[in-house]
Amino acid sequence: MGCVEELPYEVLLRASSFKECREYIKGHFRESINVTPGFKIFDTHIIGVPPISVGLDGDFVIFPYTKPCHGTFLLRVENRAEAERLRTRK
Amino acid sequence: MPVQTSIALYLIHRLKQAGITPVVAGNRSAVTLLVVADPKREYLGEALDLDRAIDQIIEHKRDFDLCFVFIHNDSGVSYAATMGAISKARLYAVVYGEHYDQIVASIEFPCQTIAAKAVHNPMPLKKMLDEVAPWAA
Repeated sequence: MGCVEELPYEVLLRASSFKECREYIKGHFRESINVTPGFKIFDTHIIGVPPISVGLDGDFVIFPYTKPCHGTFLLRVENRAEAERLRTRK
Repeated sequence: MPVQTSIALYLIHRLKQAGITPVVAGNRSAVTLLVVADPKREYLGEALDLDRAIDQIIEHKRDFDLCFVFIHNDSGVSYAATMGAISKARLYAVVYGEHYDQIVASIEFPCQTIAAKAVHNPMPLKKMLDEVAPWAA
């Protein structure tokens, strides 16, 4: 999953739980999609408890990123192409 | 978490005794703990990077009959749910640590739970593992 760490990301939630990430997305973003574990975002397979919420805010993609020892981080990355790709699968 | 490596080596031993070939997947630290504890690889066989193993399962390059996810925090629950979603393996959640009961309560997907309040002393978790005896299932 090294590629996520190379993205210009902003951390919205740090070392949180999968539930906190899901609730944050539902509470802060009008547009979101649900994906299953293993769904690919930015060439990374997403880890999580289904349904995994992914937020969309203009050109920003908001998604959970789980590290084994550090919990789940909610990241926001600006990428128009990825945001559009995710919208088209709604 | 101190009990993790001890229980992992014990489980590997029991699986091998039952004729099952264990493959370990973990992050670098977890795998290194096992490699250092078992320098002659008497117990440990193939060991993979966790993300690489997940990639291989999702891409249908590999799968397993049984999967034991070691869980002592919320991340572990996320990884177990992911394995349940992507793999055909029979899933076991091996839960330990000070707050093991809260972790067990947060597991809402199909799996068999093997859980005990074990941090430094592996015996409570070993006992639960022996009761379930997944190597004999």
